[in-house]
Amino acid sequence: MAVTDQRALNLPIVRTVSLARVVLFGLGLHFKMLSRSPFDMFVVVASPLIFATLAYFLFQNGQGQSLLVAALASGVMGIWSTTTAQGAGALQTQRRLGILELLVASPTPFWAVVLPISVAISAIGVYSLAIGLVYVRVFYGVAITIHEWIAFAVSIPVAIGAIGCLGFLFASVLVRYRSAFMLGNVFEWPVWMISGLLIPVAVLPGWLQPVSWLFAPTWGMRALRHSTLGTGSAWTDVAVCIALSLAYLVAGTLALRFFLRSARARATLALT
Amino acid sequence: MTNLRLLTIGGLISYRALFGWLNPFSYVITILIPSLTQLAFFVYLGRTAHVADDAYYVAGNALVAAAAPSLFGMAQTVAGERYTHTLSLLVVSPASRIAVFFGRSLPATINGIVVSVWTLAIAALMFGIHVPAHALAPLASTIVVTAFSCVGIGLFNASLGLRWRETAVIGNLILYVLLIFAGVNVPLSRLPGWMSTLAQGLPVTHGANAARQLIGGASLGHVLPLIGAEALVGAVYVVIGLSTISLFELEARRGATLEVA
Repeated sequence: MAVTDQRALNLPIVRTVSLARVVLFGLGLHFKMLSRSPFDMFVVVASPLIFATLAYFLFQNGQGQSLLVAALASGVMGIWSTTTAQGAGALQTQRRLGILELLVASPTPFWAVVLPISVAISAIGVYSLAIGLVYVRVFYGVAITIHEWIAFAVSIPVAIGAIGCLGFLFASVLVRYRSAFMLGNVFEWPVWMISGLLIPVAVLPGWLQPVSWLFAPTWGMRALRHSTLGTGSAWTDVAVCIALSLAYLVAGTLALRFFLRSARARATLALT
Repeated sequence: MTNLRLLTIGGLISYRALFGWLNPFSYVITILIPSLTQLAFFVYLGRTAHVADDAYYVAGNALVAAAAPSLFGMAQTVAGERYTHTLSLLVVSPASRIAVFFGRSLPATINGIVVSVWTLAIAALMFGIHVPAHALAPLASTIVVTAFSCVGIGLFNASLGLRWRETAVIGNLILYVLLIFAGVNVPLSRLPGWMSTLAQGLPVTHGANAARQLIGGASLGHVLPLIGAEALVGAVYVVIGLSTISLFELEARRGATLEVA
């Protein structure tokens, strides 16, 4: 009987459902935990307020739609900010809590533990988007007019998911570094700059444009901008976001496997 | 003599501890690179907005670069003690609070100067900003005074750490206020009256203005009132910071909330 149960557990469909449950439960749990963190909430609330305000004063002759796009850009900045501030150091947090070794040793694949943490970190950036839009509506009277609501509604979770997967890649690559948190922060301003959020890519040196294509915020912002203004196909950008997410996931999982094996072989998981 | 030792050696050891094991890599990725990338972001944002030239953003952001290490470095002098469970020991010690905290502010000031000079020098090369030779010495004075001024508000931030645990949140909030209000990225003429008035009492406002004028070719005599105003603002914040440290320490001792704040 026991042998039959074990075989049933090894069925691909059972394993897939089980992993999906772990990922979804972890996502919900970490989202709720992060939503109660004063620091994380400050990051996601302050970013849109600060950068939407800066945009308002700097682009005073830009009205309506340009401020609406600035609000969305500020929201994406908030998502990226929390990803760099916490995402890269997600595993360092587990190390500090003393549970990293337990998580690695558990029978659940480690990627299924890390991925929901990374995506939840980016997902609290949804507050940034909401606050950015409410802020420009209430304080600057900007009308929230979305050209293509369905594409807009799809773009938000896809963009957040893609940025979360990038956070997963960062966390995986940096698992052996105690200074992962600081290393992640290094990416905050450069990606804000090159992703076409508040600064058009055309203003930047030409060689930076291909670099920006590697980062999910670029495509997430394009999807939000195109669906809001109707200036292009948001669905293409959504497709690129999904493709990038898969690439980040594969690269992150491989990196995690490599670095964990190395850390376990040298018994440095808790010490690195 | 004891106070002098506390002020110098105590301050130096406390600051070295911030960078765990004295790893220069941490210093580079935490302070030197972000100060440059932040500046580059605002230069390109400025080019997009057509509000001011590159020199405006280079000068302003090079000066405000001194604020980040001051705000967070000073806040950590309290938060770090709490983390290592030594804050109570510090508070019960008979050491002069002025010597302890002012001593901890000296390395932060030097660090602020180093970061400002680094940011200004590299950014000037990156964006082709010409700094006249006669402006170098006055510019150095402006940077020193602005770094001192930033440490003044850093002391105030440290005092808040005695009352509130989330010092990083408060530090970031103050930094964001400086980025918007202090005329670093938005000319004061574009801000509403109440914001530009408030800016007069903030660190960096006068220093950034002086640095811009010096880069533009003004003489030391011309910007001396601005440097004086920056020094005055810094001195006021140092007094406020030391006073609030005493106040919050007293309050924490009275309410037994030092470790739980």
